Amino acid sequence: MRDVAIIGVGATKFGELWDRSFRSIGIEAGMKAIEDANLSGSEIDGLFIGNMSAGRFINQQHINALIADYSGMATHNIPATRVEAGGASGGVAFGQAVMAVASGIHDTVLVGGAEKMTDLDDTSINTIMDATADAEWEAGMGLTLASLYAMIARRVMYEGTATRDEIASVAVNSHFHGALNPAAQFRKEIVLEAVTRSGPVADPLGMFDCAPITDGAAAVVLCPLEEAKKHTDSYVKVSAIAQGSDTLALFQRPDITRFGATVAASKRAYEIAGITAADISVAEIHDDFSIAGILALQDLGLYKKGEAGKAFLSGETRVGAGKVAINTSGGLKARGYPIGASGVAQIAEITDQLRGKADKRQVANARYGLAQSVGGTGSTVAVSIMEAI
Amino acid sequence: MSKVARAWREYPGKYNLEGTKCGNCGTIFFPRRDFCPKCRREGIGKMQKHRVQREGEIFTFSVIYEAPACNSFLKPYAVAMVKTKDGVLVSGQLVDIELDKIAIGMPVRAVLRKLDEDGASGIIHYGFKFVPIK
Ligand SMILES: [Zn+2]
Repeated sequence: MRDVAIIGVGATKFGELWDRSFRSIGIEAGMKAIEDANLSGSEIDGLFIGNMSAGRFINQQHINALIADYSGMATHNIPATRVEAGGASGGVAFGQAVMAVASGIHDTVLVGGAEKMTDLDDTSINTIMDATADAEWEAGMGLTLASLYAMIARRVMYEGTATRDEIASVAVNSHFHGALNPAAQFRKEIVLEAVTRSGPVADPLGMFDCAPITDGAAAVVLCPLEEAKKHTDSYVKVSAIAQGSDTLALFQRPDITRFGATVAASKRAYEIAGITAADISVAEIHDDFSIAGILALQDLGLYKKGEAGKAFLSGETRVGAGKVAINTSGGLKARGYPIGASGVAQIAEITDQLRGKADKRQVANARYGLAQSVGGTGSTVAVSIMEAI
Repeated sequence: MSKVARAWREYPGKYNLEGTKCGNCGTIFFPRRDFCPKCRREGIGKMQKHRVQREGEIFTFSVIYEAPACNSFLKPYAVAMVKTKDGVLVSGQLVDIELDKIAIGMPVRAVLRKLDEDGASGIIHYGFKFVPIK
């Protein structure tokens, strides 16, 4: 197996991009990443695309062919593959692409993630999100994805491992960083009360506990580590990719206050990278709902059970404040959550952090960074670790 | 019509909470599974139909204020994960209950109710919901 490097990243602005089509945002992100890698594009010999539901959002199946075509890659007839894993689509697509380069099957690969959501109304969008849970035995019984996370939050509060304020502070942390990211959907800090007093969605979670509906795309370029220098001086090493699964339905698990797939994937990732959680200086975690941020920090081993909420509330998860900066991009909550794009956008943020290109949200002297991408209620989790060169 | 077939084949689970019990290790599963994830090959062919106990207690719950179009007329409404007397967790709606009186540990029972319908002229879906045990 070969070591793999990330040599370029690109992303669109995240937000309600009324004037932009799926193909237009997908291509913008890809072209920016290719340009960042100092490539012409003709070097790319494989394409991977994370996308959750173009079939339902824009009535377009066969997304891999569309992206290959409009990125100009179809003229070379290179293979393109679309990956779907609910909210983890982008993270899993990145993992597949890393495997393709590590194995020697491909040399220079473009990994994209894209989602165009706002062509539909909010209710239809949420119904599609709910289908990442068990469509028959959760959504089909009247449960929503938000209500599943709300039930996790209720149980966490009942067992006493986080308070309502601590859970809400996950969103405050993401907005603090979103204010520093020009590409974020929400560039505004918020106070704790804005979360706890926001309109109820699924009690105890309110509107500000939930990531927004977003259009956006992100992309990264991979090549063998030993060839990275030929293209650029600004690259990072992919130290580990790992992935875990769990039951599709939340109620089939004995303990809903942890995601076993995150625990398993991160344990494996640390082993592969030859490090421990204590070596991570910056992490992008999947805060589609605030409570997911509490679980993530604990399941990734960054904080002990009962300590993650305290870290968020005290502000020690902010850039420059503590041992590990969380969601410096603004996370899903403030940067935005274009589903299939988010896992790839996380990799782009970690890459920029590790090569000193994160501007106002730069973490000093970061050597290792981690990204966690989650599908449904933790039914799929991808964990990736990158290392500064 | 395919929607009819899709609903019909899940009637045993939706109406009667029929799951399966592994004949090898005794673990109860809801909804039904064709083999036991614990016993794998040793459990194949040994799964038996098993009706989960209809009584249990609330393990966790939420009150939904934003709902899919098919349930929007119910808003707000409560949902829960219920631990049945078999020790199995099951998810469903909580009805005939005051929303601000719901608590973890509250005893509930599964009853058959209308879940939703496929438009005005489509089929009406029925299934279990939980009500408090007075
Ligand atoms: Zn068994």
